[in-house]
Amino acid sequence: MRKASLFNVTSVALGLAFLYLPIAILVIYSFNASRLVTIWGGWSTRWYVALWHDQAMLDAAWTSLRIAALSATAASVLGTLAAVVLVRAGRFCGRTMFSGLVYAPLVMPEVIIGLALLLLFVALDLDRGFWTVAIAHTTLTLSFVTVVVQSRLLTFDRSLEEAAMDLGCPPLKTFLTITLPLIFPAIAAGWMLAFTLSFDDLVIASFSTGPGATTLPMRIYSEVRLGVKPEINAICTIMIAVVAVGVVAATLASKRGARTL
Amino acid sequence: MVEGNPDDSAARPLVRFEAVSKRFGTIVAVERLSLDIFEREFFALLGPSGCGKTTLLRMLAGFEQPSEGRILLDGADISGLPPHRRPINMMFQSYALFPHLTVEGNIAFGLKQDGMPNAEIAARVGEMLTLVKLDGFGARKPHQLSGGQRQRVALARALAKRPRVLLLDEPLSALDRKLREDTRFELMELQEKLGLTFVIVTHDQEEAMTLADRIGVMNGGRLAQVATPADIYERPNSRWVADFIGDVNLIEGRVVSAALGQIIIESVAGGRLIVMHSTDTIAGASVAVALRPEKVQIDTMTSSAASGENCFAGRVMEIGYLGGVSTFKVKLDNGLDMKVTVAYRRRLTEQSIKTGDLVWLSFPPEAGVVLQ
Amino acid sequence: MMIAASNREKTRRDWGDRLVILIPALWLTVFFLIPCLIVLKISLSQTTIAQPPYVPVLDLGAGWPGIKDFIAGLSFDNYKILGSDWLYLTSYLRSLVVAGLSTFILLLIGYPIAYGIARAPRQLQAVLVMAVFLPFLTAFLIRIYAWINILQREGLLNDALIALGIVREPVVWLATDAAIVLGIVYSYLPFMVLPLYATLEKMDESLLEAAADLGAPRWKAFWLVTVPLSASGIIAGALLCFIPIAGEFVIPDLLGGSDALMIGQTLWTEFFQNKDWPVASAVAIALLVILLAPILIYQHLQMRALEDR
Repeated sequence: MRKASLFNVTSVALGLAFLYLPIAILVIYSFNASRLVTIWGGWSTRWYVALWHDQAMLDAAWTSLRIAALSATAASVLGTLAAVVLVRAGRFCGRTMFSGLVYAPLVMPEVIIGLALLLLFVALDLDRGFWTVAIAHTTLTLSFVTVVVQSRLLTFDRSLEEAAMDLGCPPLKTFLTITLPLIFPAIAAGWMLAFTLSFDDLVIASFSTGPGATTLPMRIYSEVRLGVKPEINAICTIMIAVVAVGVVAATLASKRGARTL
Repeated sequence: MVEGNPDDSAARPLVRFEAVSKRFGTIVAVERLSLDIFEREFFALLGPSGCGKTTLLRMLAGFEQPSEGRILLDGADISGLPPHRRPINMMFQSYALFPHLTVEGNIAFGLKQDGMPNAEIAARVGEMLTLVKLDGFGARKPHQLSGGQRQRVALARALAKRPRVLLLDEPLSALDRKLREDTRFELMELQEKLGLTFVIVTHDQEEAMTLADRIGVMNGGRLAQVATPADIYERPNSRWVADFIGDVNLIEGRVVSAALGQIIIESVAGGRLIVMHSTDTIAGASVAVALRPEKVQIDTMTSSAASGENCFAGRVMEIGYLGGVSTFKVKLDNGLDMKVTVAYRRRLTEQSIKTGDLVWLSFPPEAGVVLQ
Repeated sequence: MMIAASNREKTRRDWGDRLVILIPALWLTVFFLIPCLIVLKISLSQTTIAQPPYVPVLDLGAGWPGIKDFIAGLSFDNYKILGSDWLYLTSYLRSLVVAGLSTFILLLIGYPIAYGIARAPRQLQAVLVMAVFLPFLTAFLIRIYAWINILQREGLLNDALIALGIVREPVVWLATDAAIVLGIVYSYLPFMVLPLYATLEKMDESLLEAAADLGAPRWKAFWLVTVPLSASGIIAGALLCFIPIAGEFVIPDLLGGSDALMIGQTLWTEFFQNKDWPVASAVAIALLVILLAPILIYQHLQMRALEDR
């Protein structure tokens, strides 16, 4: 039986407190009637109202949402394919190169990736805007999806695939009807991760965007440089709420899925 | 050398392995193995772990490709056929039931691949459920079943397509003892009733001996012996097989004379043995006599016993009492260690032979087997 | 007949396999490998007032003499600037120091947390991992922003400190190195905790019991058994943090001062403010070269983890 000492419990508790404290403060102060952080003016939703009228902010949020959904989906497809290759394809010519390309974006500083992609778009003479940001985000988040799906594939019981083939199912059909449904929770988790990374990203979006495609982080960043503004607390709280709801929903869904395993 | 069915050499084998080898890198899992399996046989591949039996089974199923040699089914070469095109089905050791499908869905899976019409599928699935005594379980999911029930579903799923050969990979290893015994008999009944060819892989001797019509004993990627359970037990063809199956006493010696099936051996440790065994050997050859413990008679020194051939004196070192039988470990005067088992026909009131007693061990000439 | 059919199947399968490899490979080559090569090329170019703002530009239409001119136009001038200007050198050094310090602190804080989670009851573990991971899913920018709230001159930290009587005047927290490190540690904590947890969770309890049985006190068993066995997790977490931190931009930009910049900020400034693409590219390539060893080690670890299974 695992025994957790007082030290263990304290470290986890402190760690979680450290992680959530700033968030809690944000949420609370988004309801602060007063403008200043130092003064508590009572509960109020005026900043949410102000947010509702801030068209620029709302546009940026909508752009971010669309880019995130698009790039997450593309990254999920590509990332899953890459994971399948890395886990199943065995040795092939160029495998080291392939895995190098897949894992590199995970650790490279974003400024380098952002710069590189922008230079590519310029060299190809592509108009920068919505689509270039989507491409850039797909490239960035692809590796994360691969890591998530890959770890699920490694623990996947291959005798299920063998059983299907033994019963007459050709390999491709086996993958689509047996493997894919069973690793789907991992792919979904990868999608969510990719969505968040894209929605969240400032550096790469700044490099690869063009006129008319301002993302929410870019908008927030330009406002933050001018000082703390309560509307930002409000939009941050909304984003936190959306993510929290999404995560809870995903966990419940995957628990139901896991029971059938 | 192709090991065949001694009873029916004219019949064409259903499955034939022709000098099949399998290498994984530098490791040789199966080495130039040739084997015939006949229709309606219950054939067992038996051997210690790492002997290559599972590899052989997987090659038959199509999950591994032979590095050398061919595999023939009904005379046709299936070596290059992928698994989903072979009329062979397998029951997996881990059962490998599809967790997201119901019991019916699992059993129907193979039939759907063949494009069978739905009405027929439903009928066949019902038939299978009745066969494995799981009527009414159709709508359940695998995680709602017990281990024994899951095993039946795996069996039903593999039988649903009425394959030419059914492969079973250690099918009973996950079950507890009582269930294992019951299931063994059911498997035998099923095979007889359906008239199918079963090939089972197991490391459990008892299982192989009970279930199989013929056993292929494997060691180090090769077939050591292929014969009926009785032949393997009573007439092992090598020291290794004699030692692997059951308990055995091996006495090394040199042939003094061999004529008309009567072989006289001078034991290395001292003493003379007479064995009635028609095997090719010449005087002077170095051989071992294999004696099963239950065929050796043990008597106390007090009772009269002839000395001479097949008779040795010794001291009891250890007694293992198992209720129905006792195993005596005896150290002979010439230094050899022998094992003797005695079955009790009457209720034991008092142990007549105790540890430390001086005893006579003797055995009839027909009890032994000479091994080269 | 059966053999012919199976051969055909085999070729169809090979093409299918190749396609699966090709699709992501093609994407990554076009959108990752080639851009990196372009950065390399631009780093060897000169800046100019034109569109695009660098020369030479490869004009394939000009044929072979065009290519010769192109190669002649390349130079290592930008790298010379980097090597000679003290500003850049301090920037690199500073980034590595901050990254190293942050990674160290992350390890010190992250290890107990990961260890604590690994020792929690099974069902609770999944929840705790999610709890550690969740802040990461909320916008990164938000959380840095939240720290600004706390650390600014009229912020909550000062309020609390004054109220507790620890200080009399508000302390300047923002625009300091301490704030940068704090922001970094805060943001990258999940990156350290999760790989550590993954390794610690796999560890066999009975090894510690064996150590105790052989006479090792708990702290000794920890150093002699647990730590060495979690080495791969430590290295993975450390690399996963160190490498991106070295190139961080947002955190030092928002929480740090304007006197000494980290390399990510330098690159940003060169590109967006000075509009000097070639120098920015050179900065990027130089950073990549410095980080090459850790990146390769990380790749190697990933490949080995795949093969070990």
